[in-house]
Amino acid sequence: MSPKSLGRIALAVFRESVRERVLYNLVGFALLVIGASYLIGQMTAGQDVKIIKDLGLSAMAIFGLFIAIFIGIGLVSKEIERRSIYSLLAKPVRRSELVVGKFLGLALTVAINLAVMTVVWYGVLAYMSWSEIDLVKKGWEAPAADPRLLVAVYLLFVQLVLVIALALFFSTFAEPLWATVFTFGLYVAGHFSADLKHFDVIVGDSPVRYVTTGLYYLLPNMATFDVKNAVVHAQLVPYGYVLTATAYGAFYSLALVAAAVLIFSKKDFK
Amino acid sequence: MIAAPRWALGVIVVAGIAAAIALQVHRDTSYPEVASPVEELYFTSGDSIGRLALSFKPMLADIYWIRAVQYFGSTRLDAKGAAESGTESTSHYDLLYPLLDVTTTLDPHFNIAYRFGAIFLAEGYPSGPGRPNLALKLLDKGFAVNPTKWQYLYDKAFVAYWSLKDYQAAAHWFSEAAKVKGAPPWMPGLAAFMLGQGGDRRSSRFLWQQILDTSEQQYMRDNATFHLTQLDMADVADQLTALLQRYRAQTGQSVMDFSPLVRAGWLRAVPADPEGVPFLIDPQTGRATLHRPSRYAPLPDEQPGAAAGPR
Repeated sequence: MSPKSLGRIALAVFRESVRERVLYNLVGFALLVIGASYLIGQMTAGQDVKIIKDLGLSAMAIFGLFIAIFIGIGLVSKEIERRSIYSLLAKPVRRSELVVGKFLGLALTVAINLAVMTVVWYGVLAYMSWSEIDLVKKGWEAPAADPRLLVAVYLLFVQLVLVIALALFFSTFAEPLWATVFTFGLYVAGHFSADLKHFDVIVGDSPVRYVTTGLYYLLPNMATFDVKNAVVHAQLVPYGYVLTATAYGAFYSLALVAAAVLIFSKKDFK
Repeated sequence: MIAAPRWALGVIVVAGIAAAIALQVHRDTSYPEVASPVEELYFTSGDSIGRLALSFKPMLADIYWIRAVQYFGSTRLDAKGAAESGTESTSHYDLLYPLLDVTTTLDPHFNIAYRFGAIFLAEGYPSGPGRPNLALKLLDKGFAVNPTKWQYLYDKAFVAYWSLKDYQAAAHWFSEAAKVKGAPPWMPGLAAFMLGQGGDRRSSRFLWQQILDTSEQQYMRDNATFHLTQLDMADVADQLTALLQRYRAQTGQSVMDFSPLVRAGWLRAVPADPEGVPFLIDPQTGRATLHRPSRYAPLPDEQPGAAAGPR
């Protein structure tokens, strides 16, 4: 795989997402966080900073998820639908480069989105801190613009990369609607992994427990990447945990992209 | 169909929205009962809500917290309004504990939801539900999850002191709070003070002063300031009562208000609370006191049951 080709495809994906006005979500995010910071102070009994932290992280997760799923599904399927896949494949580009390049391009789009949202969010938090008296600030669990919040944003990015990989994988063999359902389904199921792990408590020695334990290890565990509550409450997220979660997300995404390349390489477009 | 000009479409848009707003106003004024939202909590299990929330539990906890604060505030306004007009209030704070329970289940580290929640729950009716038992239950839940938070035991002591008037229990919880690592050095002193002075106005003043001096939360400081002023008013009432007794003893006249004392030069003016609401003389007891609309009434020594003063 040529890094040059990958870079070109990735940039093309990013440019296309800008053309499709994906970055408009940033305006929505800015309005949401700035508006909420103004309104929420009136009705939360002094919990406005905590709530803006929660709101910022949740909004990033939702916006990021929509971008990852809806654009991720369209990465391959749109090319097939528009029949532009033929002209792409006629160029000196390998199929594997096309899939990986598109994956990297969307990951870049999500990363830039998250970065801009984070800057806006920190700006609002810094303003809230600046406009508050010292005595009130002493009561906060952590500073408003706490750098530790970045750990949650980073792990959210790793999670979204995994979601992109899932969307890309499903879109190589399923219709866009089904690919969306599968990706979103796995995202939801991924938050129930702990239940699968402890299913043996309910089923006892039944063979079902082997199935649920198998599913626990096989399905992507999305809860791994969720440290939002911990960072907002200034709880320590060990570096080891962050590294493990990153490696987990990276290997899982790698496997999914590899599977997507495999399927796409064998696909007959006639 | 003939295409409508653009300006006509614009007029239709503006007129349509204006009509909708006018109808909304008409509905609210003409059918308030139908339009008013019903107090209802559709999901009472924090665990179930947490499962449905996926990774958005903290955000949902915030929403439930805002609901709890708004519910407490609006119910308090209703209940106090009804109490002042002598009518029966339809609001009894029934949803307050479930809302706080869901909030703290969704975010077990939501410190303020435990602390403010306990204050809200312990407040005597109509300022609150007057449910100190639920306040203690909420604080127990908080301490079980956050065993390093001495503040929850401190708050338990406060609920025992103010709402239950159980000074032994208050002393016990102050001692327990003192045992938690990080508790301030004055905590054991509070336990001893409680055992020695429990229940008198001096100990109340001491406790509220501690809160005023050490609390970072504006709501807690405001609450402490209110209670300290209320204790000051109780002191003033005592002094006025003593003055009334002396006046009666010297003149042999029983008075129904303070104007004879003002005319006689015993007082410069009719005494009033900081907001100018005058003190009255209770015809039953002959004592000086404050009644509604003074926000400091009833004074601490006159409050039935729960001693947490209404505001």
